[in-house]
Amino acid sequence: MKFAFSVAMRFLLSSKAQTLLIILGISIGVSVQLFIGLLIQGLQIDLVDSTIGNSSQVTIISTRDDRTIMDWQELIQRLEESALMTDITVVSPVLESPVFIVSTETSPSVIYRGLDFDRADAIYGIKDRVLQGSLPGRNEVLIGKELSEELELLIGQTITVLSSEGRTHQLVISGIFDLRVAGLNRSWVLGTLETAQTIAEKEGRISAIEMQVLEVFDADIIAASLAGAIEVDGIRVDNWKDQNQQLLSGLQGQSISSLMIQVFVIIAVALGISSILVITVVQKSRQIGILKAMGVTDRTASLVFLFEGALIGIGGAIVGVLLGLGLSIAFTTFALGPDGEPVVGLYLNYGFIALSGLIAFGASVIAAVIPARRSARLTPVEVIRNG
Amino acid sequence: MANIVELKNVNKFYGTTVKTQVLFNIDLSFEVASFNSIIGQSGSGKSTLLNILGTLDRPTDGQVLIDGRETGSMKNIDLAALRNRTIGFIFQFHYLLPEFTALENVLMPFRVSNSAVTKEAFERAEELMEIVGISHVKNNLATRMSGGQQQRTAIARALINNPRVVLADEPTGNLDSDTSEKVFRMLREINERFGTTFVIVTHDRRIAEETDRIVEIVDGRIRMDLAR
Repeated sequence: MKFAFSVAMRFLLSSKAQTLLIILGISIGVSVQLFIGLLIQGLQIDLVDSTIGNSSQVTIISTRDDRTIMDWQELIQRLEESALMTDITVVSPVLESPVFIVSTETSPSVIYRGLDFDRADAIYGIKDRVLQGSLPGRNEVLIGKELSEELELLIGQTITVLSSEGRTHQLVISGIFDLRVAGLNRSWVLGTLETAQTIAEKEGRISAIEMQVLEVFDADIIAASLAGAIEVDGIRVDNWKDQNQQLLSGLQGQSISSLMIQVFVIIAVALGISSILVITVVQKSRQIGILKAMGVTDRTASLVFLFEGALIGIGGAIVGVLLGLGLSIAFTTFALGPDGEPVVGLYLNYGFIALSGLIAFGASVIAAVIPARRSARLTPVEVIRNG
Repeated sequence: MANIVELKNVNKFYGTTVKTQVLFNIDLSFEVASFNSIIGQSGSGKSTLLNILGTLDRPTDGQVLIDGRETGSMKNIDLAALRNRTIGFIFQFHYLLPEFTALENVLMPFRVSNSAVTKEAFERAEELMEIVGISHVKNNLATRMSGGQQQRTAIARALINNPRVVLADEPTGNLDSDTSEKVFRMLREINERFGTTFVIVTHDRRIAEETDRIVEIVDGRIRMDLAR
């Protein structure tokens, strides 16, 4: 073993240019594979984050005729005491009530969302997204940026809303928010749960419990076990995956094509290493023949080339991972969107990086098998007779 | 005296479709510590004979005994160990490993069967290099030595494991006559000093005439076997 290793090492060092060329070849392959992998992963994380990062991922909604949940405090308490809380990060009650803002010319229809702001902030980040003013108190309302611009509404003004029950309510604008989605800024107005319950005339009730989870892609599993655990009539548990099938199949398609590219890059690298090492065996056949005449076994002769494969594999993996990381960092540093943020975020998945390195190493060793077998089969007489 | 190598009724054919017989019913043995030569025209089969003696090639039929052991039934791995311990080779074209220095080349057969180079092995390598007169170039790569120096390195290498027998194929074949004479005298000296058996293949009759026994091969048959 040691002998084969030291011969392999010497063979590689004695033709430095050739060795560096192979290592460079592997490195470029590994770096491309790693870069594509990290890029697609980052892209998907960004996409998922912008799609569902600031929304409810698992939602308990009512299936009753009046679309409300009774005894919701008890339900939340039971939820928060259950083992499910290891997967759930936020639990936030909401009461939605459609209203018309009748004090303006166009009387637009909006949804008055009554929230527990301390809880809801973890989902929507409302506190950071209040542009002016403050969070609403009783009989107050927070309106969106676009809505305030279109209706020319200012902080401190009073608006009159007409509820679906046919009653009007006076609300004071306490602030203006920007959730960075124009549609929500136009159609949502936010207030406290109590105000919403007054407007909707649903005292002590809510319409949904919104939740976020630790592993967003497990939302469907969590939703299912949640539905099994709470066993309350008149409710249903939704999750974002059921509601975003198209996004999911898009992501899956992207993952598969990314994987295909990575696999073919690695195959190309392995074929490259293998063909170069086969040439090396031919180049070194004289040395192998003479070593065998001296008493080197067939096994040791093949080990020499397996070690060569392993050594250049390690070299290629290390340089390749560094190159790939450099490429990814360069991409997120220089490829910026109009807002100055990277087009795709950099997410260093250490497991994936380590796996890339390991695959490069493994591919190099496997690629060395054919040359190693040739080396084992070579007989000293072939070399000596042919000079 | 006992025989160190012995061929019994050896035949050798080359080729699979068109068979050419290179050796015919060879019966030949060499005694321990003897100094022998095999002569013959090129193509006479003398190199094939030497390769078979050294277990580098297997006979088509017949027996090859090395140090009393029958080699026909031995596996490649056992033959490799046998070669490493018992036989030293000197080839016509030196066949040093160009990636290694002269000293490393000399120590190579020792390293094949030992995990580390011992102090004794190192001293023996130095001594052998002293004997063959290449101590001053011991750290040169094989490619950075003259033909004579390379050939002498190959001789030192053949002797490092203290083999019972050294098989030399035209050891002075591509050296000038002066160097050739020196190398030959050195082989003789080693034979006398260490009791190593030598079998030297040559086409040079002048060299052959200085050995103790001359075996002449013509067309794959022993034509003459002359001991002095």
